[in-house]
Amino acid sequence: MSPTDEAPVLKVRGLTKSFGSNAVLRGIDLDVPKGKVVALIGPSGSGKTTVLRCLNGLEMPDGGTVALGGNGTGELRLDFGGKVSRKEIFALRDRSAMVFQHYNLFPHMTVLQNVTEGPIKVQKRPRTQAVEEAERLLARVGLLEKKDAYPFELSGGQQQRVGIVRALALRPQLLLFDEPTSALDPELVGDVLGVIKELAEEGWTMVIVTHELGFARQMADEVIFMDDGVVVERGPASEVLRQPQQERTQQFLQRLLHDF
Amino acid sequence: MSVNWDLVWSSLGPLIGGAIKGTIPLTLASFVLGLILALIVALMRLSRNVILAAVGRFYVSVIRGTPLLVQLFVIFYGLPTIGIKLDPWPSAIIAFSLNVGGYAAEVIRAAILSVPKGQWEAAHTIGMSRGQALLRIILPQAARVSVPPLSNTFISLVKDTSLASLILVTELFRQAQQVAAFSQEFMALYLEAAAVYWVICLVLSSAQSQLEKRLDRYVAH
Repeated sequence: MSPTDEAPVLKVRGLTKSFGSNAVLRGIDLDVPKGKVVALIGPSGSGKTTVLRCLNGLEMPDGGTVALGGNGTGELRLDFGGKVSRKEIFALRDRSAMVFQHYNLFPHMTVLQNVTEGPIKVQKRPRTQAVEEAERLLARVGLLEKKDAYPFELSGGQQQRVGIVRALALRPQLLLFDEPTSALDPELVGDVLGVIKELAEEGWTMVIVTHELGFARQMADEVIFMDDGVVVERGPASEVLRQPQQERTQQFLQRLLHDF
Repeated sequence: MSVNWDLVWSSLGPLIGGAIKGTIPLTLASFVLGLILALIVALMRLSRNVILAAVGRFYVSVIRGTPLLVQLFVIFYGLPTIGIKLDPWPSAIIAFSLNVGGYAAEVIRAAILSVPKGQWEAAHTIGMSRGQALLRIILPQAARVSVPPLSNTFISLVKDTSLASLILVTELFRQAQQVAAFSQEFMALYLEAAAVYWVICLVLSSAQSQLEKRLDRYVAH
């Protein structure tokens, strides 16, 4: 393995964000090497979703840097301490793609249109090529026969799989998942987690905000526990989830386990 | 009271002519222009620019706070005193467009706000600019919500155009007035005019249901 493969695809340093007087992120560092999966866990209000939203330009951080670099494409580096242009935000969005908790599919478009909208209208790829790729991806998640359906005709699990395909179709370097299963009925969670697991095995680089600890343990190369806008603990999934060193992590895990 | 059916029958031609040559084109032109204006004003009101937002709010407030007849008279009889002379038709189209613009702006603004924020975010995530997101993702969804209230505006406008008779635009109601004045059959002619307006509005209502059905194809029932 060459050293460049090990170099982080995503490198975040000192990310800060406040909403009014409320400091939501207080200096977050994050490295995600190519092909690795990082799971962000923590209580609600810990700032984990805000980290994800900053990585896609949905929130504008107050400070810190975000660097996204792939092999051969050069590194994109945004310094939020200074002025960040719209162009830079668009470049960031071009390289990362988001899967939302509530899917956020476009209700007035068919499944296929949802998936091809970005590639055709934004990335200006040829229509036939984009449609072919979309159909291949939909087939992979078992939804090709639903390509002409509207989102309301699909179950939550199916909608979320379309959400994942919509993200994949953008060919991002980095996939961001914001609690991808927490809006789903329990019996539908498995389908979606299965798809995400396959993507991890295929070597997609991912950051996942999740409450599914079992899932995080199975797939994540690194687990990061956040609380109150800071990273409290990080490390291999087995260590952070099984033998947490920090008291706050222990308390959080215990509370979650009690819920089951 | 006996109804002069011959007169009713023979005046149907001029009345329908007034509708076709006056009421209908006046309504269509004013509505299209008014909607364009309304969209601009709605976007101004939603803008983060406080001056644009304030101008939009002021405009809506003036239009909604003053009678349409007064607006029409200011444009047709008032403007000439400051050297702006407009013919009846352009005056009427301007007045009605401005009026539709004020009312429809509020409808469109509310419809845009009714689209969940997640739709903007999803549009941005796939790389769309604000303009692209608005045109391709938000407005199509807002359109569905705004069809019923905009249809109301449209149907009101059909009837409001009768006010143009007061600035000498030859439309349906003015035709009726002229025949009535000549024949002294006021009841017959004005009821006949009412019936023609009603028929136009019935046609529009059915068009509205068709449009609603078409736009409802992507929502659960």
